[in-house]
Formats: sequence, C-alpha cells, structure tokens
Amino acid sequence: MESFLNRYRSITILLLVVFAQLVLLAVQVKNDQDVRMIRVWTVTAVTPAARLIEGFRGGGAGFLSRYILLHDADAENRRLHAELDRLKVENIFLKNELATADRAKALQVLQSHVPSKTLAATMFMAGAGSNSKVVFVDQGTLRGVQRGMAVVTADGIVGKVLAAYPTASEVVLVTDPDFAAGVISQKSQARGTLKGQGTPLCKVDYVPADEKVELGEWFYTSGDDRIFPRGFPAGVVKSVRNGQPYKEIYLEPSGLQRGLEDVLILLEGVHMEIPSAPLTGQPVYIGPPAPAAAGAPQIPGGVVQPPPPTGPGTAADSLKSQYKSIGDAQNHTFGVGEPGSKPPDFTRLGLPPAPAKQGPAAKTPPTAPKASPPVEEPDR
Amino acid sequence: MSNSSERILLSSEREGRISHFRFWVMVGVPLAALLFQVYVPLFFQFLGFLELPLLVVVYFALMRRNQVSGLLIGAIVGLAQDSLSKNPLGMFGIVKTLVGYFASSIGVRLDVDNTAMRLVLTFFFFVFHQFFYWVLARALLAQQLAFEPQKTLLLGLLNALVGVSLFYFLDKLREKA
Repeated sequence: MESFLNRYRSITILLLVVFAQLVLLAVQVKNDQDVRMIRVWTVTAVTPAARLIEGFRGGGAGFLSRYILLHDADAENRRLHAELDRLKVENIFLKNELATADRAKALQVLQSHVPSKTLAATMFMAGAGSNSKVVFVDQGTLRGVQRGMAVVTADGIVGKVLAAYPTASEVVLVTDPDFAAGVISQKSQARGTLKGQGTPLCKVDYVPADEKVELGEWFYTSGDDRIFPRGFPAGVVKSVRNGQPYKEIYLEPSGLQRGLEDVLILLEGVHMEIPSAPLTGQPVYIGPPAPAAAGAPQIPGGVVQPPPPTGPGTAADSLKSQYKSIGDAQNHTFGVGEPGSKPPDFTRLGLPPAPAKQGPAAKTPPTAPKASPPVEEPDR
Repeated sequence: MSNSSERILLSSEREGRISHFRFWVMVGVPLAALLFQVYVPLFFQFLGFLELPLLVVVYFALMRRNQVSGLLIGAIVGLAQDSLSKNPLGMFGIVKTLVGYFASSIGVRLDVDNTAMRLVLTFFFFVFHQFFYWVLARALLAQQLAFEPQKTLLLGLLNALVGVSLFYFLDKLREKA
C-alpha cells in the first residue's frame, strides 16, 4: 500500500486537491454561502499593495507634472493670469447673483435630493478575470458597509455590494449578468427587472407586452427589491421590441456613463419620488429676443408691439405674451367672455407699429383676417 | 548494474535542471501578477486580455519540474484569483491546479528553456485553461458562458508572446546552482 502511494504520490495529491476544491464548490453552491475566510485573507493581502501602488501612481504622476514637465510653464503662467482676470470679473457677477438667491431654499432642495445616508467611496481595483464586471471600493465593514448595499453616482445606480471586507468592498456592476434590480418606467409606470447582460446595455425583463414604453424613456429604481431605494435613475431606453409575453427592452445604464472613480454607498436608503418630467441633463439657456424699437411698445387702436420678455422663454411664451398684451390694450380679460362675445382684435398682430398720428385710422378693422386665432386662457 | 547507473544518471540530470527560487520570488511574483490583473486594466483596458496569474503558474510549474509543487502553486494562485472575483471559490483553483500539474509533468520531459517550446506550451495551456474553465462553468455552475474559439486562439497567441518575454525576465530571478 505504501509503495503504491509512493509510486502514485503526485496523481494522488492532484486528485485530493481537485476533490477538495470540488467539495468547496459544492458547499458554496448548495448552501448559497461564501467561504468568507479565504476571500478575507486574499483581499487583506492584496488591498494594501494595491493602495500602495495607487499612492505611488498618484504621487509619481503629480511629481512628474509639477517638477519635471516644466517646459510650458511660462505659457501656462500667462494663460492662467488671463484666466484669473476673467474669473475675477465672473466672481463679481456671481457674488451679485448669489446675494439675490434664496440660499435657505437652495439648501433645502439640495438636502431633499439625497435623503439617504450615504458614504463616499473610491474605486481602486477591478475584479479578477478578463470579463470581470466587479470592482473594489475603498470602504468596508469598518465604515458600516454591508453586503447588499446599493452603490450609486449622481447619474444613477452603479451596482450593489457583493461582499464587504474590513477595508474594502466588492461591488457587482449593473452590467454584470448576475445583477438584477427592480425598476419602473417614468411615463407609463411599467414595472420590470433590470438585468445585466455582460455588455454595455442592460435588459429590462418582465414588462408585459401591453405596457407602453418609448425609446428615450427613463427607468428608475422601483424600490421593490429592497436594495435600491425608489427614485434613483437606472438608465434610458435604447431599444424596445414587442415580444411574448414580455417586451424586450434594453437600457443604457446612466450610472456608468462618467466613469466610476467616486461613488456613493447607500448606508440607509430612503425612497424618493420619481420625477414627473423627463430628465434633460443640464438646463438649456434661451437668450432673450432682440429689444423692441424705442418708443413704440404700444399704439392706440390695440396694435401692440411684442413686449420685451422679462425672462428666458420659448417662442410660444413670446406669442402668449403678445396675445396677453393685445388683450390688455383692448381691456379684454381672457377666459371671462361669454360664447359668441366679441373677441379681441388679433389681426394686427405682428405688423409693424403704426405711427402715432394714425391713431384714429388704426381703429379700422382689417377687411380680411387671415385666420381666427384661438381664444383661450393665456395664463393657464 | 548498468541499468542502475543509467537511472542514477538520468535522475541526476533531471535534478540538475530543476530551478530553485527564493521564497520572496515564489510569493511576490504571483502576488504581483494578481495585482496586475486587478489594477492595470483600470487604466489600460486593452491589457485586460493578459492572464498573468496563469503565465506565472505555467512558468513556475515548468521550471520547478515537480508535479506536487506545480499543482500546489496552481491551486493557491487559482484560489486567490477566485477570491478576487465573484465566482465561487474553486473555479480558477481547479483549472489552475490541473494546469500546474500538467505543466510540471511536461517540464520533466521537455527542454523548457527553449523559447519556441515555451511559446507553444504557453499557448497550449492558455487555450486549455480557457476551455476547461468554460466546461466547468457550464457543468458545475450552469453558467451560459460564450466560448469563442477564434478569439481564444488569438488571445492565446498574444499571451504566449507576452509569456515568453515574462519568462525571460523571471529566469533572472532563478537562484544560481
């Protein structure tokens, strides 16, 4: 027996090692539990080295840029001086703006945006494996992170904590095939399950075929999974196809769009309302129209020059202002006239202003109005 | 008598070709390979194709020419790799254990200092590693992973080329006999 074992020592050890790992695998799969001890050892061994390298990288890059690469310092200095002058002017303007702003209200809005208790974290390494969709962040159980906590950015959900270690946590990303979260569409309130596909797009499953979901529509977390609080953006619909019994919907996850260096871990999630208006990113500035000719804002007879707008607005806003001015000039109050009563004279709308001396003639109504403008409440 | 002498000579020859490494090399190089795999692709995504832990296992198994040592190195590096992934522990462990065992078995019989031989062996073990991992994932975890032969062969070639260069560097860390 002893000689047999000596002769086949290598193959015996191989079988034992493989068998032991098979048992390890079976235990994990059967009980759906991890063998935490081995992972803690490895992560604890690797994390300090990774942080050290990251520190060297950041320090080295900083040293290189600050002390070595000085060949364009003079040009940069002049550019920065010009920038400083510009910023000083801008600063004066912003201070004036700030003085008029309602700071208390602004703070209140900011606080109400993220009511959850969060913990800022930085990603410092990816998971092993060439197709890895997991990352490690630098906050762990010592700071209160637990398995299953949601991870978000300002743009949307990023993933959830797969495992929490003392000094780091493993986060599975929304694009991982094992990721799932409850979501709800913004317009039609269609509920579904967001699933990673291992590709940049995620799938929303279990949305019935009779639900209406449009391209470009936003999905938010529904809170049903009890991991992600309700109201965090999940992504925007990139593809919708009708299937049976469920629609085939693919989302572009919004949380991964601007990189993952800094994330927030939701230590205590608080549900939020889903915004009723579609997300439009940053507000779009609309400049005011050209100012009206001096001295001709209004002439007798109800011919009205469009008033200068008091704030940014669209063409529809401008048109509404013009109708309102016409009504005001003719002492007409919109929304109070009986059916069949005389409407305001809209026929001179948009025509150049008549000279003041033509006042009496201007009262003559035109003979052929082109179209009847709708009479409706403009202030609605 | 002659038979015995021949066996002793063969044994001595084989013993003479076994490479020895310092302890810090045996620990530090696999750790560095793991760090490379989890850290560098953050900044250079195109380097994500490199399976440095596998290359390190193949190198140590080939050069140590000891099957027990090879399979243990494979098991330890594989389990460490599993620990840093979301997989259950044992997936990379089993595959790399087998790679370590077979690599050390081949190292006993072939001249693994030859560059062409290293290129072929690294290519073979990369393809074996990827294929066997795919089989295990389907059979044990019921994961529907995609196996793309052309991509695997191409990545195998790239890893083999990197492996040959890496092996040349690691040769410098061998202890002088």
